[in-house]
Amino acid sequence: MIWDNIIAGLPKIGIALAAVAAFLGILLILFFVLGRIRGKFANPLAGIMFLGPAILLLIIGLVVPTIQTISKSFYNASGQKFIGLANYGWIFTTENNQKVLINTALWIIVAPIFSTGVGLLLALLLDKMKRESIPKSLIFMPMAISFVGASIIWGLVYAYRDPSQEQVGLLSQVVLWLGMEPPNWLLLQPWNNFLLMVIMIWIQTGFAMVVLSAAIKAIPHDVIEAATLDGARGWRLFSRVTVPMVRTTLIVVFTTILIATLKIFDIVRVMTNGNFGTQIVANEMYSQAFVQFDVGRGSALAVILFLGVIPIVSYNIVQLRKERAVR
Amino acid sequence: MSVEAHEIIPIPQPPKDDVTIGGTARRTLSSPWASAVVIVITVLWTIPTFGLLVTSLRPSGPATNSGWWTVFTDPELTLQNYAEVLGGGEIVSGGILPYFFNSFAIAIPAAIFPLVIATMCAYALAWIPFKGATVLFFMIFALQIVPLQMALLPLLQLFNLGWSIGPVPIIPDLNLGGTYIPLWVAHTMFALPLAVFLLHNFMAQLPRDLMEAAVVDGASHFMIFRKIVLPLSVPAIASFAIFQFLWVWNDLLVALTFAGGTPDVAPITAYLANIVGSYGAKTHLITAGAFIAIVVPLIVFFALQRFFVRGLLAGSVKG
Repeated sequence: MIWDNIIAGLPKIGIALAAVAAFLGILLILFFVLGRIRGKFANPLAGIMFLGPAILLLIIGLVVPTIQTISKSFYNASGQKFIGLANYGWIFTTENNQKVLINTALWIIVAPIFSTGVGLLLALLLDKMKRESIPKSLIFMPMAISFVGASIIWGLVYAYRDPSQEQVGLLSQVVLWLGMEPPNWLLLQPWNNFLLMVIMIWIQTGFAMVVLSAAIKAIPHDVIEAATLDGARGWRLFSRVTVPMVRTTLIVVFTTILIATLKIFDIVRVMTNGNFGTQIVANEMYSQAFVQFDVGRGSALAVILFLGVIPIVSYNIVQLRKERAVR
Repeated sequence: MSVEAHEIIPIPQPPKDDVTIGGTARRTLSSPWASAVVIVITVLWTIPTFGLLVTSLRPSGPATNSGWWTVFTDPELTLQNYAEVLGGGEIVSGGILPYFFNSFAIAIPAAIFPLVIATMCAYALAWIPFKGATVLFFMIFALQIVPLQMALLPLLQLFNLGWSIGPVPIIPDLNLGGTYIPLWVAHTMFALPLAVFLLHNFMAQLPRDLMEAAVVDGASHFMIFRKIVLPLSVPAIASFAIFQFLWVWNDLLVALTFAGGTPDVAPITAYLANIVGSYGAKTHLITAGAFIAIVVPLIVFFALQRFFVRGLLAGSVKG
């Protein structure tokens, strides 16, 4: 049976490889032909060949859809009738959606703070260890796991059974061992939101740790030595020297995780599908657009995400321009 | 893959003489407390995945009715779950393998296409002098501001119905439903801003003399690109290829939107998200399926961790 399935699957890989080969083949031919051309058209042609595909795809895939989504957010469910700001009114005034907005706000505050915080703590502690590579790899590992996989993994941790039965969920069992009665974790409002955030933190901490660890290792020795000679130790050394020295990295890690958190929908989708008071904007957007088929509301929710990302990315762009200017 | 980047993370290179904080600390205060805390956190971080692995290896009875930690008192393990999930059986008819192959068939081209296109674009921005190159670079970088969600509905419409301005069709209905093409194209589009940004940062630092010498020798841009820039950019390209592969493999949103849930094209993530709902009680099968899904990224991750970390430090990841 397994072999049948494998043999049935091989043509799929064949299709994929054929597509790649065709793509590269066409490029090679174009390169060969256009590379022969000399004279005043040579440079413009090269420019069009190199830039064209990317710009075309970006316009079709990102620029035009963005404009379309913004305009659709002012239309009704079927996209036929202009209804002004009614979709936004619906987002900000219905009680359900206010809950969604509050949950999303909680997510983008709590998940980045804890991921970055624990990541920084680990980076500092690892710096004092002799064998750091094994713990580093293991804590970093969840980064490679999909949100769906992570949700299944944590589903086992949060599984609930009546306390009189044999437990299957690790968290319930631990609580029972401690002599307390476990609640039905994922129904426990509003705490279930935080239980879902734990999954995000579990994934992102490794990222924060690896990046911050590299930043800490790069702090010049004489800075630390000077501070130590001046009597800075422990907390003072950490708060007055180490943290300011890695400040830029800290901000980048934080904003990176924040934006990822704003857009993430898989965890909520798989764990609760937004029920029991755990809905967030990204998953509500998916539900409205692709389950309810309300194009207007779905688009408006996407625009909310867009508006949420703008200030953070703009900040990063300004920073980047500054750096370029310095160079 | 779960992170998103917009920015090179500015990390200075460690000093050459290797006298860093780390070095000193290791010599002066190798603290047992630090080690203890790290070990505790490492164990906490690893236990959930370990639980998944153990559950997937237990027979259906114990896996469904007892916690995985009881394996220490009832050490009965089996590969039956994997056989059933892979080969298909009464419960998971058809098995998970069609989706597993779909994931490869989606992720391999969806990693290569954007890389090639972005490499070309980055080269032009860095080395073909033209007016407005800097502005164009920042515009592409700024497109990272657009969340995936903004593009989903219009793109879905484009793939399903084509495009027209009024009655004039610009792009006809290409009838792409049920093929991998929408997924490849969508992933390629979404990957470009970050890919162009990272590769441009790398290429802009290649030695100017080398390029100028090649131009003086009469080499065309196509020649320079193929013979000089591509070979020199392999480290940056490899890092991004790994990210993009992991990102596409782990993606659920694009998959659900453009592939639906059919065994023809849907990847393994979409399948897992479905069965969690419908086979809620079949823990032993879901965990085996989940482990099959995560084993590929884990292999890639552990085998190529060096590249992965280097990519992270050069520019972080995407979303």
